[in-house]
Amino acid sequence: MIAFWIILTGSLVAISCGLLGSFLILRKMSMIGDAISHAVLPGIVIAFLLSGNREPLSMLLGAGFFGLLSTFIIEYLHQKAKLQTDAAIGVTFTLLFAVGIILISVFTGKVDIDQDCVLYGEIAYVPIDLWILDDGTIMGPRPIYILSTVLVLIVLFITIGYKHLKIGTFDPAFATAIGIPTVLWHYLLMGAVSITTVASFESVGSILVVAFLIGPPATAYLLTDDLKKMLIITCILGVLISFFGYWLAYWLNASIAGCMTVLLGVFFTIVFIFAPNTGILAKKLKSNKNAISI
Amino acid sequence: MKEDIVDPVLEIHDLTVSYSRKPVLWDIDFSLPKGCIAGIIGPNGAGKSTLIKTIMGVIPSSSGYIKIFDQTLNAVRSRVSYVPQRESVDWDFPASVLDVVLMGRYGKLGLFKNTNKQDKRIALECLEKVGLQDYTKRQISQLSGGQQQRVFLARALAQEADLYLMDEPFAGVDAATEKAIIEILREMANKNKTIIVVHHDLQSVVNYFDWVILINMRLVASGPTQKVFNNKLIQEAYGGKLTLLTEIGNILEERQIPPREK
Amino acid sequence: MDDLVTFFSFSDPNIRYVVFGSILLAASSAIVGCFTLLKKKALVGDAVAHSVLPGVCAAFLFTGTKNISFLICGAFFTGWMSLLLIDYIVAHSKIKKDTAIGLVLSVFFGAGIVLLTFIQQSGNSSQSGLDSFIFGKAAALVGTDLVTFGVIAIILLVIVSVFFKELTLVAFDENFAKSLGFPVKSLDMLLTTLTVLAVVTGITAVGVVLMAAMLITPGAAARYWTDNIRKMVIIAAIFGALSGILGAYISYVAPSMPTGPWMVVTSSFIAVISFFCAPKKGIFAKWVRNNVNKTTMRDENTLKAFYHLGERDEDFELPRSMATLADKQRIGEKQLKKSLISLCSKGLIKETEEKWILTKTGVQDAARIIKLHRLWELYLTNYMHIAPDHVHDDAETIEHIITPEIENELEHLLGYPSDDPHKQKIPRL
Ligand SMILES: Nc1ncnc2c1ncn2[C@@H]1O[C@H](COP(=O)(O)OP(=O)(O)OP(=O)(O)O)[C@@H](O)[C@H]1O
Ligand SMILES: [Mg+2]
Repeated sequence: MIAFWIILTGSLVAISCGLLGSFLILRKMSMIGDAISHAVLPGIVIAFLLSGNREPLSMLLGAGFFGLLSTFIIEYLHQKAKLQTDAAIGVTFTLLFAVGIILISVFTGKVDIDQDCVLYGEIAYVPIDLWILDDGTIMGPRPIYILSTVLVLIVLFITIGYKHLKIGTFDPAFATAIGIPTVLWHYLLMGAVSITTVASFESVGSILVVAFLIGPPATAYLLTDDLKKMLIITCILGVLISFFGYWLAYWLNASIAGCMTVLLGVFFTIVFIFAPNTGILAKKLKSNKNAISI
Repeated sequence: MKEDIVDPVLEIHDLTVSYSRKPVLWDIDFSLPKGCIAGIIGPNGAGKSTLIKTIMGVIPSSSGYIKIFDQTLNAVRSRVSYVPQRESVDWDFPASVLDVVLMGRYGKLGLFKNTNKQDKRIALECLEKVGLQDYTKRQISQLSGGQQQRVFLARALAQEADLYLMDEPFAGVDAATEKAIIEILREMANKNKTIIVVHHDLQSVVNYFDWVILINMRLVASGPTQKVFNNKLIQEAYGGKLTLLTEIGNILEERQIPPREK
Repeated sequence: MDDLVTFFSFSDPNIRYVVFGSILLAASSAIVGCFTLLKKKALVGDAVAHSVLPGVCAAFLFTGTKNISFLICGAFFTGWMSLLLIDYIVAHSKIKKDTAIGLVLSVFFGAGIVLLTFIQQSGNSSQSGLDSFIFGKAAALVGTDLVTFGVIAIILLVIVSVFFKELTLVAFDENFAKSLGFPVKSLDMLLTTLTVLAVVTGITAVGVVLMAAMLITPGAAARYWTDNIRKMVIIAAIFGALSGILGAYISYVAPSMPTGPWMVVTSSFIAVISFFCAPKKGIFAKWVRNNVNKTTMRDENTLKAFYHLGERDEDFELPRSMATLADKQRIGEKQLKKSLISLCSKGLIKETEEKWILTKTGVQDAARIIKLHRLWELYLTNYMHIAPDHVHDDAETIEHIITPEIENELEHLLGYPSDDPHKQKIPRL
């Protein structure tokens, strides 16, 4: 049962992150995802301080606020202060993360969050974080409920916005020209990334969030030429990685988040080398063949 | 040199467009009659793309106004179509040729509706018109530059608009395809549609366009081809930028002054 | 206050170590960061910072000791590899750079975490120190470590100063550098190596996540104070050092405070001040300039009103009432009053019995603005084919910004004209 809950948690996170991450990498905004996943830390700590416990709603709000705030700051620095984007990202997320760490050290006694958990989460504890009703009924792990809700929201968001997100990603000028509110979609996407990050953060840590945001979409991107298929492959990859990642960790007796990330690296490497058409091996073979035929 | 026109399709009044306060188009002012194929001609960096993008509302103007069919852009968006410069998008995007052409239908669909059979039929027809019927399933990165250009053209055709704005649709297209495309444009013009094309090849201007807009940071001339497309005006458009304009533009940028006093 | 004195007298060797260590680390990262920033590769530092973890852990696992030299070698190796991998992925697939950075960063870090769990299980008692690589612990710097880092930092500084010109050129314009025959590839490699070195030294102080700030933030802040790269590097180093001292000081005063995050916060604070307050490029400076522009324009417009009235009455030195002046302008009474006071203080007008009158210099100045207005209108009609009835609005702005050089050029170009397109006289000065 423990294995099931952990793999389920991993899969839920992987699918939500992967769906959004696909659009992020196509928009060349991967590092914004990275930035958000670090920048939410002060939000989590403040929400914790205000509500006094790990009440999910206030955490989501607090962190969601900081996630969006970081994208606004990045944009502000870029447009008003004319700072180049990569620098704006770097300055913003490190500052917010540092503030988060400082808050944690200031309120060590009151905040039940430590630095380790921030980076690599505590997915192993998901099965014992139970949701217990007033009458004592055990409803199962709490994070599962939160993550499922988020996943439903994300899937809804992607399904409804699919067309607009797609065209706004491929050709923003054309999208604007035909009257699609591209700026609004941009911020909706950023908001969705923030919420997902926060919901996943607690159980899997920021490093696995970044890995799931970027890794499976990047791998799927090499495997297909169709956006819908890319989204589907991303989801499948996410589940596979969670499944095998867990067992790898079990077998090695090592960090689960770490093993999932490593496995992701392995998947990507295999695809990068062996993918039909786009893999480097296929390219090598093709160029050899050409050389021979000439 | 400027023609006055009754009942214009497009009317641009004293349009100034700037990037970070530095004007790249100064007081552009012209109108366009219905059913013509107009060429926007000017050297690199003249502001041709900027003009088209401003008309399409992709970048804001600093002053002046634009009227399309005597209305604002928002009121007539579905009747206006836009072909961006090919380099403006990332062709590695995971989409097939048909996917891209179907995007031309999105403007008419709204948020919740999806493309249906009818849309698909129109998209296929448009692909046939540009000679890409055999490539519908092809991934867009696996097309040649000219074919990519034709995909964009097909997408614009799929919009079924009345006014078309095309940014260098002939860039990287071979002579035969260019002929075929201009035929399509002619046919559309005969159906009373208006087409504005950014064009670089001075040789073919007389054959292709019945209207010419010469620009280089400012409007040099706008009128019927035989009237304005002469050596004197071409010289003027291509004879370098007006250094004074550039100097003034630099000061405006440096001191961050909006080109029009508010 | 006592704290302050004790701290800055540096009499306590522990304080000395921590302070000099922090300064050295922060300044050398800041210097290297300037070049990566200019190369638009700012986030590469982030990738390296995450990627050194598996190297550190592997070195520890192999050697079984916490010997800093071994750890640094391991860190150097994986850090460097991550950069090569990023470049390789970008060059050989359709994956873009930002995605490659994010991917490599997370996978390497994940691998590091896996290795870290092995180390923890092996029960090796000295493993606790490895944590400082992830979260940073400047306060834990001890004498011997400091020597190692000091040596690296000095090597770094020497290399940067020797290759300063080449690095600058490559950072600004790679193609140009190539055309001049510089070995761009090797120089790129050099910059990569420097970045990895800077990360390896800095990471013990601030940790994996915040290392990016050490590289990026001081450089980004320095960029606002100068356009000269030499000055930028020096300013960045000073900012870095400053944040190092402040971070160390804060965690000295409040020992529960982590040094690294405070270094980042102070450094960001300096950056924010720079973004807003730097002369010329800062947001406030722009805002102030905007206001100055607005008042100058307002005052010049008032002068013009005097001139127009003077033209009408063919006498420029008649006293004018507020009401008459307000008639000629589009501004409110309050603004007009402010404008009159400001012009008065400049000696361009004077007040007589509730009325205002142009002084001699005032007439001159007013005439010049009118002249510029009309010259510009003439230029627009003659050279830009703009109909005479469309030129006025444009000239309303441009008249305020034409410099004497442009004025000469205009006059020359237009052949010292006497009339504008509306047949009004262009004043001669
Ligand atoms: N995003 C931008 N920011 C700042 N300046 C810009 C931007 N885009 C264009 N410019 C400048 O505006 C001017 C006009 O550019 P534009 O792209 O409209 O030229 P063009 O006539 O389309 O040239 P081409 O024939 O090369 O396509 C150029 O000087 C260019 O440098
Ligand atoms: Mg162009």
